[in-house]
Amino acid sequence: MDSTAHSFVENAHRALHDAKLQQSLGRFKAGFPVKRRLAIDRMPEFDALSQAAREIKDHTLAHLDLYLERYTEKAEANGTHVHWCADAEAARQAIVQICRDAGARTVAKGKSMIGEEIGVNEFLEKEGFRPVETDLGEYIIQLRHEPPSHIIAPAVHLSKDQVADAFRTHHRNYPEARPLEEPEVLLAEARAVLRQEFLAAEVGITGANLLIAETGSFVLVTNEGNGDLTQTLPRVQIVIASIEKVVPTLEDATTILRVLARSATGQDMSVYTTFSTGPKRAEDLDGPAELHVLLLDNGRSQMLGNEFREMLRCIRCGACINHCPIYAAVGGHAYGWVYSGPMGAVLIPNLIGMEEAGNLPNASTLCGRCEEVCPMQIPLPRMLRQLRERQHAARQSPAAYRYGLSGWAFLARRPALYRWAMAIGVGVLGRLGRLRRNGGRFRSLPFAGGWTGSRDLPAPQGGTFQQQWSARRGRRA
Amino acid sequence: MTGSREGMLAAVRRSLDRREPADVAAATVAARLAQPKASVIPARGSVRGEAAAAQFIFEAERVNATTERIAGLDEVPPRVRAYLQAANLPSAVKAAPDPDLAEIPWAQEPLLQVSAGKAGDHDPVSFTGSFAGIAETGTLMLLSGPESPTTLNFLPDVHIAFLFADRVVGSYEEAWARLRAQRGAGVMPRAVNWITGPSRTADIEQTLLLGAHGPRRLHIIIVGRSDAGG
Repeated sequence: MDSTAHSFVENAHRALHDAKLQQSLGRFKAGFPVKRRLAIDRMPEFDALSQAAREIKDHTLAHLDLYLERYTEKAEANGTHVHWCADAEAARQAIVQICRDAGARTVAKGKSMIGEEIGVNEFLEKEGFRPVETDLGEYIIQLRHEPPSHIIAPAVHLSKDQVADAFRTHHRNYPEARPLEEPEVLLAEARAVLRQEFLAAEVGITGANLLIAETGSFVLVTNEGNGDLTQTLPRVQIVIASIEKVVPTLEDATTILRVLARSATGQDMSVYTTFSTGPKRAEDLDGPAELHVLLLDNGRSQMLGNEFREMLRCIRCGACINHCPIYAAVGGHAYGWVYSGPMGAVLIPNLIGMEEAGNLPNASTLCGRCEEVCPMQIPLPRMLRQLRERQHAARQSPAAYRYGLSGWAFLARRPALYRWAMAIGVGVLGRLGRLRRNGGRFRSLPFAGGWTGSRDLPAPQGGTFQQQWSARRGRRA
Repeated sequence: MTGSREGMLAAVRRSLDRREPADVAAATVAARLAQPKASVIPARGSVRGEAAAAQFIFEAERVNATTERIAGLDEVPPRVRAYLQAANLPSAVKAAPDPDLAEIPWAQEPLLQVSAGKAGDHDPVSFTGSFAGIAETGTLMLLSGPESPTTLNFLPDVHIAFLFADRVVGSYEEAWARLRAQRGAGVMPRAVNWITGPSRTADIEQTLLLGAHGPRRLHIIIVGRSDAGG
């Protein structure tokens, strides 16, 4: 997928002035956080599970090479073809080769963020195949030629009439004037259209939530059942998984699954959790004749060796996104690439580079809610700060910002000078503020347009903090 | 693609820069894989016997499945007919060719058209057995195989699943233990399906709708009682 992460600021401005998007985001804010809270209230052991899940991933990451080897050995023994893909291009080439060998025309797709990461749909189209997304949200945005705006709710930015418009434009076999107001009707139509695609597809492509080294299995979680139809009906099945998805045993996978749905949608367990091991067996009546698993690195091994290793614990539940005030204000598209919210602001610069995405870590108030709700206890605010430091050190932040920060740092390291400068500044602003025409507040101030553009700045009253502190000798007023 | 495999593993090892000697690390991993350990099993997953059956029913209904309990296999055909009739559903049933279900006297209900096999696009109703029921979340566990084709769980509009009460366990971990006891350590059927309620989506304006791609209805018939101590 092409990135627009470099123009985050412009993207965000556009998003803030998009009335339809703001309406959808209003609905979004009320949804997931409440459902998550209720699910966790019903699970008193949640914190202990979260701690256990974190330890499982830390242990696995520390032995990742060994678990990948063991997974591969078991998967191959079960008849799975394992493909090692160092980068997106290698993965795309492997997929196209498999589709060619299968004589495919239609490729049914389950929702996969790795698929988005490697831009598999665009590539398949270019090579003459017909990829069809089968997750309802992904299908809708595929019709609208949009990227997902949320990792688990890809069409969360849309209203039902936008969905109806897309169906009217693309489902040409249906009467033009049919009623499409009710969500039930939209779903029934999508179900009927996509059922034929499942049956026609020669190849199915899905992601994987987990890989299991003990058994050589992959785990796929969905609510719709599209992932299961995608991996059961077509003759050839392709799974795209990044290397950090592996866990040791079925029990380890189980612990992680206990925190996944609760953190994501507030369900205790998603509707369909499927553990698949190899292709169809000789005596089976259904299932894919061929199973290919692609193990993708695409930047992960590098993160394993730097201060962002803990990000590889991420299970893509989206809790950090659902609780992020910045995401709630601008939505997912503003981030400009596959991921969004706090996890996106950490992942994107790591995967596509600081030059392109260095500004994303600034899209955070560092309020800390993301870390609080992360079931894998990833220190997202710390990582955002580290990325900001990197951006500053590489002189990639705006010049005015850098000079401002250097000026402040110069003062902050010289306490006497700092107190003197603050006393003058506060004194002057206070006196100006008391002028009758200002009435105690400023509508605009030089260098403070970012603040006064949307609200007044109250004039300081009664001296600097330090002056007041020493006047009261530290006592409360 | 041996080249990329060795290259990728080398990149991982470079980043890990493990201090542990190689044989110690390998032994740690081998031990963990040889003795799978449960971590935290919630109190909700520690129920047994009839208490587990009751909790299974409570949790399954919470996620929009419907349930009923019967005493024996001979009650299955009339109950299936009554369920389909009450919901105004077709009476053609595609049943799993499961030897566990062989004693069901379908012939008693001549109005039900029951055939065995995998599901096709036009089968409206499926009937399957279940390997286990997991009380913790009201989850059914089904194993694929010639006696239990996976398409039955996903293609039809209505999935009727049959569950012996003594197959209800408290936690997922107990179900894994039963599977290992039956098939051997590390041996898996092609597909293990955990099913928690009927198919759903909230992709349109976060409105919860049942029956996205999989069954719109999941009906669970629980047979007998669980004697495994209350």
